[in-house]
Amino acid sequence: MSNRVTNILVPIVSVILGLIVGAIIMLVSGFSPIDGYIALWNGIFGDAYTIGETIRQITPYILAGLAVAFAFRSGLFNIGVEGQLIVGWFAAAYVGLVFEDLPKIIHLPLSLIAAMLAGALWGFVPGLLKAKFRVHEVIVTIMMNYIALHVTNALIKTVSDGGDRTERIFSSASLRSEFLANLTDFSRLHYGILIALIMVGVMWFLLEKTTLGYELKAVGFNQNASEYAGMNVNKNIILAMVISGMFAGLAGAMEALGTFEYISSKGGFTGIGFDGIAVALLGMNTPLGVIFGATLFGSLKYGALNMPNAAGIPLEIVEIVIAVIIFFVASGYIIRLLLQRMASKKGAK
Amino acid sequence: MEYVIEMRNIRKEFGNFVANDNITLQLKKGEIHALLGENGAGKSTLMNVLFGLYQPEGGEIFVRGEKVNITDPNVANDLGIGMVHQHFMLVENFSVTENIILGSEPTKFGITNKKDAAKKVQALSEQYGLNVDPYAIIEDISVGMQQRVEILKTLYRGAEILIFDEPTASLTPQEIIELIQIMKRLIAEGKSIILITHKLKEIMDVSDRVTVIRKGQGIGTVTTSETSPNDLASLMVGRQVTFKTVKGPANPNGEVLDIKDLVVEDYRKIEKIKRLNLNVRKGEIVGIAGIDGNGQSELIEAITGLRKVKSGTVKINGKDVTNFKPRKVTESGVGHIPQDRHRHGLVLDFPIGHNIALQTYYTQPISKNGIIDYKKIDKKAKEIIEAYDVRTQGAHEPARALSGGNQQKAIIGREVDRDPDLLIAALPTRGLDVGAIEFIHSRLIEQRDNGKAVLLLSFELDEVMNVSDRIAVIYDGQIVDIVLPEETTEQQLGLLMAGQSLDEDGSNKVSLSKEGEDQHVE
Repeated sequence: MSNRVTNILVPIVSVILGLIVGAIIMLVSGFSPIDGYIALWNGIFGDAYTIGETIRQITPYILAGLAVAFAFRSGLFNIGVEGQLIVGWFAAAYVGLVFEDLPKIIHLPLSLIAAMLAGALWGFVPGLLKAKFRVHEVIVTIMMNYIALHVTNALIKTVSDGGDRTERIFSSASLRSEFLANLTDFSRLHYGILIALIMVGVMWFLLEKTTLGYELKAVGFNQNASEYAGMNVNKNIILAMVISGMFAGLAGAMEALGTFEYISSKGGFTGIGFDGIAVALLGMNTPLGVIFGATLFGSLKYGALNMPNAAGIPLEIVEIVIAVIIFFVASGYIIRLLLQRMASKKGAK
Repeated sequence: MEYVIEMRNIRKEFGNFVANDNITLQLKKGEIHALLGENGAGKSTLMNVLFGLYQPEGGEIFVRGEKVNITDPNVANDLGIGMVHQHFMLVENFSVTENIILGSEPTKFGITNKKDAAKKVQALSEQYGLNVDPYAIIEDISVGMQQRVEILKTLYRGAEILIFDEPTASLTPQEIIELIQIMKRLIAEGKSIILITHKLKEIMDVSDRVTVIRKGQGIGTVTTSETSPNDLASLMVGRQVTFKTVKGPANPNGEVLDIKDLVVEDYRKIEKIKRLNLNVRKGEIVGIAGIDGNGQSELIEAITGLRKVKSGTVKINGKDVTNFKPRKVTESGVGHIPQDRHRHGLVLDFPIGHNIALQTYYTQPISKNGIIDYKKIDKKAKEIIEAYDVRTQGAHEPARALSGGNQQKAIIGREVDRDPDLLIAALPTRGLDVGAIEFIHSRLIEQRDNGKAVLLLSFELDEVMNVSDRIAVIYDGQIVDIVLPEETTEQQLGLLMAGQSLDEDGSNKVSLSKEGEDQHVE
């Protein structure tokens, strides 16, 4: 079997296997898998509204996936995307609501930049600690997540005079548009998807076209050789975390300026940052792959919400089914092996 | 005649690439059979077939006259085939015994019985004269000792046929002598040995017969006593090889590298370089001879900016570059072929083309305003791949996939192509075969003849003697003597490296030298 055929077959077979196992789980639990999958399908592609909402859901996943993938390509494991996303969310919301009467052309970019800077700061700290004191970034970023969660909760309280959500941002900072809303039957689809896609291009350009990307990748693979070649290893580690944090901060801005237009106190993490790890890995840490991973994650997550309503399947079972499908896609390697073995057996006969 | 192992007409393919084509190897009981070939000739592939790691596409294997099908290493183990790997497979913080029993731990009532195992290890160690302490921790013992643990591991598992994969690559000369004794002892005890190597001297010393492979083809088997290193080399490379490096006299003028009173500390703040002085002129090759660990690595790292200088100065072309960052040193006209090509010399996961640009990726014409033109990188890479005979499938092949010799040629191409005033070559031929060594030596001499300064660090006395114009002997962080190769014997050099002086009391020992002539060393 040629490589090309395998490359196309692997994801298809993976998804089909995932669906089959998911169906078995629904059957065993006493629910109709056909109804379940029809509900899932309708939840994703049912009408203009669900399509709009699905795309909206995909948007932050793309950016969170880029953040994780960018760090991975630089040899760093950024588990702190969640925290960077939360501070980005707050920063964008804050800038969005404190400045009145700014023209959109200034206010919107300003809010986006605020989110990026906040994310960058949250990435800078673990980057600096790693570069200067060799503290492992996984430990620091996990802790930074908790700090982000509780600091923003406190700030929300301060900003909203003791309330648990901020006021709405001014429309001059909003990513929403009447045009997109009308197009999709008044879903919350916003222009953030364009920003996310532009960022996919930005990441590709940074990694594949610039000397910075060359250095980041070299440092990620082999710090000794990078030092030998005259690169500043510490600078590159910090920069990788800062840029990764910027992507994560932008993911937060999508929620602040697009989906919700405010930020509310959180009892726990949003999960988008953590799912970003899976998105990046599904996409093999490539920019285009991240789009694929985010699309899979976003559509399944959003479409699944329809399953309890339309097919009466409890949310817990739905989450297991979704997890199984993603599990099989992630196990592409096993499927590749199976396909090859089948092919070689055929060849032997 | 029955053989303990007979591999007949083995063929192994990887995709379109034929790694082994029609190779036959016959091992007699109680012989040391050398398997000779260049880097990448297919020696390891053949042994991996024998060890069950690869399945051959063609050919048959017989063990003690019986046709066998070695599907995995466990089958090989059961057949009494053991492999002593080039890169040791040992758990650093486990004891010798723990490493040996790993994977087949003997148990008593479900608890690992280390005591009995240690006794067995001790007995084996004594039987074969290996002198290994069963309770020593791996990270505390020398490389030579670690290798003996690997040998013990195969013996403990009942191996009758031992495969040694490049066993001398990381050993000191003394350890090599000991290893050869051990191999002879193993033979005397009835074992049979396959020795994979490209070092002709070792083959002549220990082996009974030699099978030669060239570019995946079996060339034939010869009896060692009926052949010569020259014949073997031509069989292996496929053409005549000159062992004596050809070079004209040096015409040095003008200092390029000037080191004064250099002091360098290691990470424990212990002085590794102690007020060292050295200079290298245009148009000469200065070899640094010394036993590993006398400050050679620290010296080179200090010159190239990879290690901090505590005091003293390093000047290049009269410019003080002491404690410059590596890039500034490079830009001052220094090329550096690093000691460890995997650690420092290459980013193994990068394509070979990217690696060739490792020192120039940020400069014009490859990049402009921070944007890299990868087409230019590919073009440059192609030039260097061609000019330096780097055997690769192309600039996009990962550096990891190249054989050691070709990796090294790529590094040398990269460093020499920038035309540096000072070329530092640290162990440039480590682990390479004669063909590649010859090539690299001629490149170093070519640089010299072009009026460049070359600083050569080597642990191989042959290399230092053949290539250098002057030899600086380093001992305990200082240059203790500078000698001329044509006026010095290897024995004298050996004494200097051991910290002896030649003029007074040293002269007695020096008279051990073959010629017995008068010593006149400056």
